[in-house]
Amino acid sequence: MASFDLPTIWAAILCFAVFAYVVMDGFDLGVGILFPALSPGEEKDQAINSIAPVWDGNETWLVMGGGGLLAVFPLAYSIILPATYPLMIAMLLGLVFRGAAFEFRWRDPRHRPLWDLVITVGSTVAAVAQGITIGALLQGIQVENNAYAGGWLDWLSPFSCLTGIAVAVGYSLLGATWLIIKTEGSCQRHARRLAFRLGLLTVLALGAVSAATPFLYYEYWRRWFEMPQVLLTAQVPLLVAICTGLFFWSLRKGREVLPFLMALALFLLGFIGLCISIFPYMVPRSITIWDAAAPHSSQLFMLVGAVFIIPLILAYTGWAYWVFRGKVGTEGYH
Amino acid sequence: MIEQLDAVLLARVQFAFTVSFHFIFPAFSIGLASYLMVLEGLWLKTGRGVYANLYRYWLKIFAVGFGMGVVSGVVLSYQFGTNWSVFSTKAGPIIGPLMGYEVMTAFFLEAGFLGVMLFGISKVGKGLHFFSTCMVAFGTFISAFWILSVNSWMQTPAGFEINVDGQFVPGGSWWDIIFNPSFPYRLVHTVTAAYLTTAFAVGGVGAWHLLKDSTNVGARKMFSMAMWMAVIVTPFQIIAGDLHGLNTLEHQPVKVLAMEGDYDPSPEGAPLILFGLPDDEAAEVRYKVAIPKLGSLILKHDPNAPLPGLTDFPRDEWPPVAIVFWSFRIMVAIGFAMLAIGVWSLVARRRRKLYTSTKLQRAAVIMGPAGFVAVIAGWITTEVGRQPFTVYGLLRTAESSSPLDAPAVAVSLLAFIVVYTAVFGAGIYYLLRLMAQPPHRGESEPPNVPFHAAGITPASSIEAAPIGEGDPHGKL
Repeated sequence: MASFDLPTIWAAILCFAVFAYVVMDGFDLGVGILFPALSPGEEKDQAINSIAPVWDGNETWLVMGGGGLLAVFPLAYSIILPATYPLMIAMLLGLVFRGAAFEFRWRDPRHRPLWDLVITVGSTVAAVAQGITIGALLQGIQVENNAYAGGWLDWLSPFSCLTGIAVAVGYSLLGATWLIIKTEGSCQRHARRLAFRLGLLTVLALGAVSAATPFLYYEYWRRWFEMPQVLLTAQVPLLVAICTGLFFWSLRKGREVLPFLMALALFLLGFIGLCISIFPYMVPRSITIWDAAAPHSSQLFMLVGAVFIIPLILAYTGWAYWVFRGKVGTEGYH
Repeated sequence: MIEQLDAVLLARVQFAFTVSFHFIFPAFSIGLASYLMVLEGLWLKTGRGVYANLYRYWLKIFAVGFGMGVVSGVVLSYQFGTNWSVFSTKAGPIIGPLMGYEVMTAFFLEAGFLGVMLFGISKVGKGLHFFSTCMVAFGTFISAFWILSVNSWMQTPAGFEINVDGQFVPGGSWWDIIFNPSFPYRLVHTVTAAYLTTAFAVGGVGAWHLLKDSTNVGARKMFSMAMWMAVIVTPFQIIAGDLHGLNTLEHQPVKVLAMEGDYDPSPEGAPLILFGLPDDEAAEVRYKVAIPKLGSLILKHDPNAPLPGLTDFPRDEWPPVAIVFWSFRIMVAIGFAMLAIGVWSLVARRRRKLYTSTKLQRAAVIMGPAGFVAVIAGWITTEVGRQPFTVYGLLRTAESSSPLDAPAVAVSLLAFIVVYTAVFGAGIYYLLRLMAQPPHRGESEPPNVPFHAAGITPASSIEAAPIGEGDPHGKL
């Protein structure tokens, strides 16, 4: 029993949930952000059809992230959320707008341009808010007596704005490469052109965030650049370079799936970089995963279920994606 | 101090607003998912087109309602942290895992199969599609199971210990936590309420269309099914509600006394106060109309049984009596009105006037939204009745909130009100517009062929197609 450490296992599971969220909801938020770039009619309809059957399940991973944090790291949950209060509210409202507008745009063709705009605004707000939250976390949160002790705009800084933009740009790249897989004709050609530009922007943004992070805290600097771990951490930028190369190559070759996978790989590497900087903190510089952990019995009770249920969830989610495989049509979906 | 108090009040208003708005949609989708499951099952069993027509008719409505339930629910899973961080830290080790199980066993199940249920009719076989519908319906029930377990634990906490940090931690058996004393009653009462709410919504829509055309086959079928639900389920619900009330009297007597408006103890049997204006300052109900002994008869099943009064309890443990008193009466009144409709429909059915009695149908249309009002009223009764605690008797609401400045909460509350009014206002408008369209009268077999896989569907089958088919945008 004592041979494995529950908080570490749970930190890993939650990292998985957050990354699953980024993988799945990232592309549909990205499609939302790119929406104004697509021409009305066929292009927009194809784009929406490609995400309509799956966005609901995708968003559930966000609930899993929030719910999981409350269940197994309640202290972290109750510090991070008040600290990023306006961001969380903005993100939630953005998601409310976007989710509702998906349905409404089919129900109400007369006001479709309005609902399309709502989709874009909602998706952008949600993506930027998520990005700023990551920045706010990295730059540190003021904690006293196990509670948030800062003001309600402490999260706002040039660095957090940079991460906000970076995530929105990255999601757009996921969205564009997803459209390459799922659509055909003019929509696909359009998505390819967008993916090329967004690829450049994403790599730029990733580079900027990576370059700025070590200067936030000396601890981050040491973690990335001190011997001997630099031999390990240096692999991350190396892999980023390889993935970037493969991404542009596959785009040029007209591949359909590889660009999306490479965009995901870039996200994964960014995410690993984030974990390298933060671990073992849950709230950087103040609360570790062990400080934040719920009692052993709570974590164990959840783990018993998670071990059996998460593979099952992945199985039927995979099946649902399989049912809707291939190119989407342009007609309405119900 | 004043500022802190304001922030708490604003946070409460915000939570009450978002949770009430949210609750409307699951109350509908729990019932509607089961109704869809029954319709599709009946179609597969009998092969009668009317069931498939109705399935497709209500599926479009379900899609809109469910989507709004999801987005308003995501908000709640984060609001515990944004507005109630102290509560989250303290109660997280208990309620967190329960909500975690809700996500893992219910939300993913619903969302995973919803896509296939809504858009996969032409992509998977009939059996798999029916299975997907069942999974969505089952998911809505599991979701209710876990979240009501959480809510019940906050009302009647059990199976916990309090550690040195003041956190509630599991005390041994999770069984005791999940099946805490009020949970079985609350689960039955709430899920039944969701079924009744849906039944009356369906009945109201059926009646609306029967008033325009009493020969509409789809409208007749849905009205008939809804009225059977009213006959059978309403009495069951009244009994379940009574038992739930007895359970509450045992564990939360103050709440029941507030519901009854009993300020003073009644050593010789309590009256049943029908109406009046509760006044906390004076600790009495003004202008009351009461029936002697009936209160004790209902609550103790003995007219002479003594009951305590609110004044037996410290005043700082009272909920706001007037709100609880009135919301309870609204819920009960609607319950009996539902029973009346059920009995009326039974009489009309025996006289073979179910589809032609315009009086009954008008009444059913008026009662269409009644379930939603009753559900919200019941929710207010139990939640306001729990005040001034979040974890009953142990953690006060005033000590549960986040260390936030009042302006931050005020601004976000305003944003929620504006956004919810716009988004859910539009959503409800679209729902009503869908409901205003009559169910299609054609009873032809729904073709189980793809309807938007380009080039496969012959034009003739689109023309003959019943509701939903060949009408991908729901324009009809």
